[in-house]
Amino acid sequence: MVTEKDVQHIAELADVGVSSGELGTFTHQFNAIIEYFDILDRVEGKCPVTRDLFNILREDEIEPSLPQEEVLRNAPAKEDGFIKAPRVM
Amino acid sequence: MSGEIAFNPDDKYNAFLTTCRKAPHGTGKLAGVAVAVKDNISTLNIETTCASKILKGYIPPYDAHAVGLLKSEGAAIVGKTNMDEFGMGTTTENSGFGPTLNPCDTTRVPGGSSGGSAAAVAAGMVRMALGTDTGGSIRCPAAFCGIVGLKPSYGRVSRYGLIAYSNSLEQIGPMGKTVTDVSTLMGVIAGYDRHDTSSLNKPYNHTPKADIKGLRIGIPQEYFGKGVDSQVAAVVKKAIGRLEELGATTVPCSIPSMEYALAAYYVTCTCEASSNLARFDGVRYGPAADTKKSWHDAYQEVRSAAFGPEVRRRIMLGTFALSSGYYGKYYAKAQIARENIKADFNRIFADVDVIAGPTMPTIAFKLKEKSDPLSMYLADILTVPANLAGIPAISVPCGKSEGMPVGLQIMGRMFDDERVVDVAYAYEQAVN
Repeated sequence: MVTEKDVQHIAELADVGVSSGELGTFTHQFNAIIEYFDILDRVEGKCPVTRDLFNILREDEIEPSLPQEEVLRNAPAKEDGFIKAPRVM
Repeated sequence: MSGEIAFNPDDKYNAFLTTCRKAPHGTGKLAGVAVAVKDNISTLNIETTCASKILKGYIPPYDAHAVGLLKSEGAAIVGKTNMDEFGMGTTTENSGFGPTLNPCDTTRVPGGSSGGSAAAVAAGMVRMALGTDTGGSIRCPAAFCGIVGLKPSYGRVSRYGLIAYSNSLEQIGPMGKTVTDVSTLMGVIAGYDRHDTSSLNKPYNHTPKADIKGLRIGIPQEYFGKGVDSQVAAVVKKAIGRLEELGATTVPCSIPSMEYALAAYYVTCTCEASSNLARFDGVRYGPAADTKKSWHDAYQEVRSAAFGPEVRRRIMLGTFALSSGYYGKYYAKAQIARENIKADFNRIFADVDVIAGPTMPTIAFKLKEKSDPLSMYLADILTVPANLAGIPAISVPCGKSEGMPVGLQIMGRMFDDERVVDVAYAYEQAVN
């Protein structure tokens, strides 16, 4: 059982934002879904630790890359050939 | 001859998000064939949004590998099709740009998430289309709209340029009116691509064959049990009877691990989504983040405004399931369930060549019928097992219930895509 406070906290961790108007509905739906997920408590068996997997390696070859203007084309805010991002400090 | 085709469809079903009025084409196996591409597959210089407001205006600087292959065989990319936002849904109602309507009955959904691709083919606007299938997103709309759709074995079609939602489950695949068209399209898009680490060198060079004499078909009881509409089940059983008339033998079987399949699927895909969709923050693309605010406030503002509720719900579910203290309860258990499903399929495929059942438990829903998320998730029960196991599965139209199309689903052994195509072809040839 998760509370509205839990859903608010998860929304903040995931940076998706939940408005006070949506909180009740989201919490209700969230509980119905994770209650359904509880069926997994009954699953038995072991997750295989090893598999027939191997690393696929290749030579580090230099290839043409996209020109700067192509890379910046979709960025909504840019300055002096850089992408502008919000403050992190 | 290379050239250009004009494409001005009367799109009354809202199948397309973008149309290319003049679409260039080259020479090759698909010379001049109009192909529609689902909007989560990158197309050079053609807007690609995943039906999300967070990618409105995004112009990819490169083609997905599958799109490059289409072009190299002469196809004309005529437009980008509507879908549930980022592929999250079973109805195409979760599009940020309005729902697609089912051409067979416009009061009903086309299924999803590749609903635009299915509707475009069903309405005759294009001969074939690319879709993607994470938990049934090609097969469900194919069944609901009365067309053919193949989810290839995991690894046969490159995912390079597919905007990722759930990497371990999703595949790009072909959709068309006929099995032959689907097979032709599969032949063009399958094969090794070094840009996708999960790509395998298993090209598809196959012409469908209708001979299924001696074929052994597993009929899992779970595909005709609780939750499956009795009329849909009856239509599918009749179709399987047709396959028996063609010389196949049916073998009853059971997939006990299916009880956990849906929960395992939704835990896995929401966990992967919570990580994959972290990149959409309004910095490199999308609506501008307010660079004067702190990053946390800025991202939250962009993402809450531009992601739809289902996308936010799945990101939150995945964040919760992966959070400290819950990993063992949800994600780890889901992976065990996934192994058990693979083991069940392996056991059954030791005795049978293919498994058959309905693609969807019901006919297409009415618009807005599935407003509760959990009830929508439950509709995926018959399609998710193939994604969890990575095996190929095709949906082929097999009749009608209440006037709406019903899909027959054929699942095969890993990398046995050719055989599921053959079985679908044998059925199609027998009834047409």
